Amino acid sequence: MKKIKANLTFPPSKVTFPLMTLLVREYSLEVNILNADVRLNKTGKLVVELLGDEKNIDDALEFIEGQGIKCHIFNGTLSIQEEKCIHCGACTTVCPSHALQIEQPDFYLTFNKEKCLVCGLCIKACPLRILHLDHRESEE
Amino acid sequence: MPVKTIEEINERILEGKAVVVTAEEMIDIVEENGAKKAAKMVDVVTTGTFGAMCSSGAFINFGHSDPPIRMTRVWLNDVMAYGGIAAVDAYIGATELSESQGMQYGGAHVIEDFIAGKDIKLYAESYGTDCYPRKSIATTINKNNVNQAFMFNPRNCYQNYPAGTNSSDRTIYTYMGTLLPEFGNVTYCTSGQLSPLLNDPEYRTIGIGTRVFIGGTHGYVSFQGTQHDPGQVRMPNGTPASSAGTLALIGDLKKMSTDFIRAATYEKYGTTLFVGVGIPIPILDEDMAMKTAVSDKDIYTNIVDKSGKTSFSQAVSYQELRSGYVTINNKKVPTSPLSSTVKAREIADLLKTQIKKGEFLLTKSAEGLPTDKKRLNKLEVRGY
Ligand code: SF4
Ligand code: SF4
Repeated sequence: MKKIKANLTFPPSKVTFPLMTLLVREYSLEVNILNADVRLNKTGKLVVELLGDEKNIDDALEFIEGQGIKCHIFNGTLSIQEEKCIHCGACTTVCPSHALQIEQPDFYLTFNKEKCLVCGLCIKACPLRILHLDHRESEE
Repeated sequence: MPVKTIEEINERILEGKAVVVTAEEMIDIVEENGAKKAAKMVDVVTTGTFGAMCSSGAFINFGHSDPPIRMTRVWLNDVMAYGGIAAVDAYIGATELSESQGMQYGGAHVIEDFIAGKDIKLYAESYGTDCYPRKSIATTINKNNVNQAFMFNPRNCYQNYPAGTNSSDRTIYTYMGTLLPEFGNVTYCTSGQLSPLLNDPEYRTIGIGTRVFIGGTHGYVSFQGTQHDPGQVRMPNGTPASSAGTLALIGDLKKMSTDFIRAATYEKYGTTLFVGVGIPIPILDEDMAMKTAVSDKDIYTNIVDKSGKTSFSQAVSYQELRSGYVTINNKKVPTSPLSSTVKAREIADLLKTQIKKGEFLLTKSAEGLPTDKKRLNKLEVRGY
């Protein structure tokens, strides 16, 4: 079994394409949609987690690319220099998966690694620049 | 009716008898006992804030070299400092960017490095005069080898500030942080019920000469801050409905700590300085007890569109902002703070401890802050 997190960018012409159904039916993948921004006749974005046989995942990725849908796989891990964090919260609302949160009553920053997509959006949002990707993202 | 004077409070502090609580603790005390009784029970309420305050910087006197130089252009770690004052004085501003590293490093970082005790590269030029013949100098300075270094911040402690959002279809990068398209998030930046000027909304006790906690040491309110705007619309509890009063603060940079002064870079905006400030408020009477008991549910600000695309504005309470979500156009929008509640509480607690131990006495201000209703001037574009 293999699990990947990926950002799929649909050209406007493919926004109505039933990709998820095909991934489930033809490639026996478990699909978890983490974030979606899809509107008719506009470039669409889906952040998904795919779980399945390694071969099925590889085949599915090939199929996705073949459809003209751009696939960007997130890998690596996000690290926080915790001792330097001032708990300002600037990183929290840019995080698409709510992995970074600052909540009542104590307002300390919490990071849920499980939820993190390693998308890197928080890195530049942190005014103290204490968030880093441990491995570089790779393009597939 | 006055209950006690600042002198009496200071006597109690020196006797180790003063009752000191934080602005958050005061909320419950007044709720349980009423303001009249609370005014008798409590002597001092401590406040705190730790936010990005762009209008910050420091004056440094480097000492004279042999032969001497009248520095006209000054750089500290490649960041330009203002040298248009006496020979070896300069002002390093938080938002000035490095000439070699751009937004990654700025005046704010020079200040943080200085406080941390690091060596700072100094390069200065001059046209040379008969009395100051040297035309350039390259050396290093640090907090042990300069004469004076004091932070002087023309505008700190904004009394309330609008929250930011973005109605446009692209992400924008602002001093209110990263704002996501189509009302994707809201950011806000005061410490609300802990904020100094929201606990003394009509400036009854905070004025010129008030001793404050700044950056880990003690400093003073030196004047009204720039853009001080007391005429802002007020709520029935006296707090302003949006940005209003400000303070110009001064303090010894050499005694500050990086626990309470931190340099920051807002993406595609530039550098700024997080400044930790705490101000003690003497509970002179029932009115001050009432004022310091203000809570987030009674403090309002407005959410404005930072994209400049619309004149969108929506009133919101800090209680709503701090819940994590607000509703805009029937949509649940996540909120994030930009100033640190953790640090603001740490400062209010620390100040409370220092006062209780007799290490920090209260001051009577030499002069009050302006309270006039005249609003801020606008800069007309006249064109040349
Ligand atoms: S990389 Fe940052 S923004 Fe992206 S999901 Fe992880 S925590 Fe959230
Ligand atoms: S933006 Fe940076 S400093 Fe602020 S809470 Fe997030 S990680 Fe901490």
